Amino acid sequence: MTTIDVVTDAAVVAKRNLIKIKRVPDLLVFTTLSPIMFVLLFAYVFGGAIDPSGGGAAYREFLIAGIFAQTVVFGATNTGAGLADDVKKGIVDRFRSLPMAPSAVLTGRTLSDVVNNVIVLIVMSITGLIVGWRIHTGPLEALWGFALLLIFAYAISWIMAWLGLLIPSPEVINNASFIVIFPLTFVANTFVPLDTLPGPLRVFAEWNPVSSVTQAARELFGNPPPNPVAAVSTAWSLEHAQVYTLLWSVAVVAVFAPLAAAQYRRAASR
Amino acid sequence: MDVAIEVAGLVKRYGDVTALDGVDLQVPRGTVLGLLGPNGAGKTTIVRILTTLLQPDAGSASIDGVDVLAKPREVRKRLGLSGQYAAVDEYLTGFENLDMIGRLYHLGRRRSRERARELLAQFSLTEAGDRPTRTYSGGMRRRLDLAGALVAAPPVLFLDEPTTGLDPRSRTEMWGVIQRLVADGTTLLLTTQYLEEADVLADDIVVIDHGRAIARGTADQLKAQIGGERLELTVSDADRLEEAVGVVTPLGVAPPVTDEHRRSLTMPVTGGVKALRQALDQLEVAGLDVDDAGVRRPTLDDVFLTLTGSTAGEDDETGEAGAA
Repeated sequence: MTTIDVVTDAAVVAKRNLIKIKRVPDLLVFTTLSPIMFVLLFAYVFGGAIDPSGGGAAYREFLIAGIFAQTVVFGATNTGAGLADDVKKGIVDRFRSLPMAPSAVLTGRTLSDVVNNVIVLIVMSITGLIVGWRIHTGPLEALWGFALLLIFAYAISWIMAWLGLLIPSPEVINNASFIVIFPLTFVANTFVPLDTLPGPLRVFAEWNPVSSVTQAARELFGNPPPNPVAAVSTAWSLEHAQVYTLLWSVAVVAVFAPLAAAQYRRAASR
Repeated sequence: MDVAIEVAGLVKRYGDVTALDGVDLQVPRGTVLGLLGPNGAGKTTIVRILTTLLQPDAGSASIDGVDVLAKPREVRKRLGLSGQYAAVDEYLTGFENLDMIGRLYHLGRRRSRERARELLAQFSLTEAGDRPTRTYSGGMRRRLDLAGALVAAPPVLFLDEPTTGLDPRSRTEMWGVIQRLVADGTTLLLTTQYLEEADVLADDIVVIDHGRAIARGTADQLKAQIGGERLELTVSDADRLEEAVGVVTPLGVAPPVTDEHRRSLTMPVTGGVKALRQALDQLEVAGLDVDDAGVRRPTLDDVFLTLTGSTAGEDDETGEAGAA
């Protein structure tokens, strides 16, 4: 097995997954519609209550990076559900009986989900621009902000890949991940500034990597908090949001990629 | 003898359940072995071990002379697998499915495409080739899945219940496809629940039950062992059923089994229609009226009834001979 095989096999599998996006556009429509709905709900329902200056314009600037983070984390469930589906339908058996690089099924899947996330982030950015969100920094900072979101999502998708192989039922994966992902994306600075949270919850939120990737994106897009006079968190994870996000992402891949690979070797349909 | 598939002492346990209890198989090159058995007998477990998907707890296996456990990747280059559930991607077209498999066998971009078109033509899927496979019928999916197993023209092929769930017409079509395939010299191991299928396709049959090989031989040998066709008779008068048994018993290779409720008897015979005519003649001489009569080919149930004393469909846990 040469390195070239490892790369081309992963590309072949990724291409296969991407064809699905093309053939079932509904899938993409619904993965982007729900975050658009979140933007509108939060911006116009909570916006006025959270933004003391009234009108909600400052809150909308603040909100968008949070919605980005939430969307890419939710998007990672596709990785798990997709693999679970492949196991269930016997497609993983077919792959495992081929002389291909065993890693390709997982790397191909996680890579195609990055492409999926790029498309979703573009749609979300356009929605953001429509409701008044702006990038106040340069193009390099902005691109690095998007890159961090994608790196973070890539890491999460390895957790979901492992889960998808462990529990080969797309329905269970979707429901189970909801229970974890909802608190993870809500007990964070995604939708509200952290100073409004009570003590222990605030500590959790400060060290929650969803907070740090959101914080990093806000810094890199130049989006200030809605209430500039509120106390700013001094947790290391938020003061060094970019470093913490990267460290966390690397650690997650280092732990869950081998776990997912081991589970792949054991995966059996039915 | 040039052996393509060699299996010795294969054991697989799941906790307390023994799925395979020491199976030995030898498949000479260019021949077809049919693994015949009911659901849960261990057929699929054997296929999964031989195709490197599952590790056995004991025993050895080799494909085309290559050790399955020591060199799984080498083995994968030499085999094609079509599993129990057509493993085609429903969002890809037929062509894309085959092209992808070709790329993953490392045939290269151009050769993969050529091969995909060749196979689509071979399996009468050219017209449907550029449609997503979720628009395919069950029979078309199965054909495409089989085509997928042939992409690299492997010397050894595994088909796990290739016609389960297909309607009779698709089943006959599939048999034709498989027969043409083995005519080209491919070694095939196929599992099935249908005696008729093993009869049509296999050179040798191994009957599997509870993870063991309980009988082996050609279809004719097995049928001779279980006594050929079944003669079935329904008499008009339930009270005279025993009398009818007395009349026909000398014509059978084993005593008949009676069903009082249905006023019927079933008996293994040789000579088929001839035995039926003799039976009817002698019953007429004895003055016994017959409502219904016929000969049928032995079913898997008959094989199991004869070999194990219980029917194939029966609950394995109880192990009672309910049909006797």
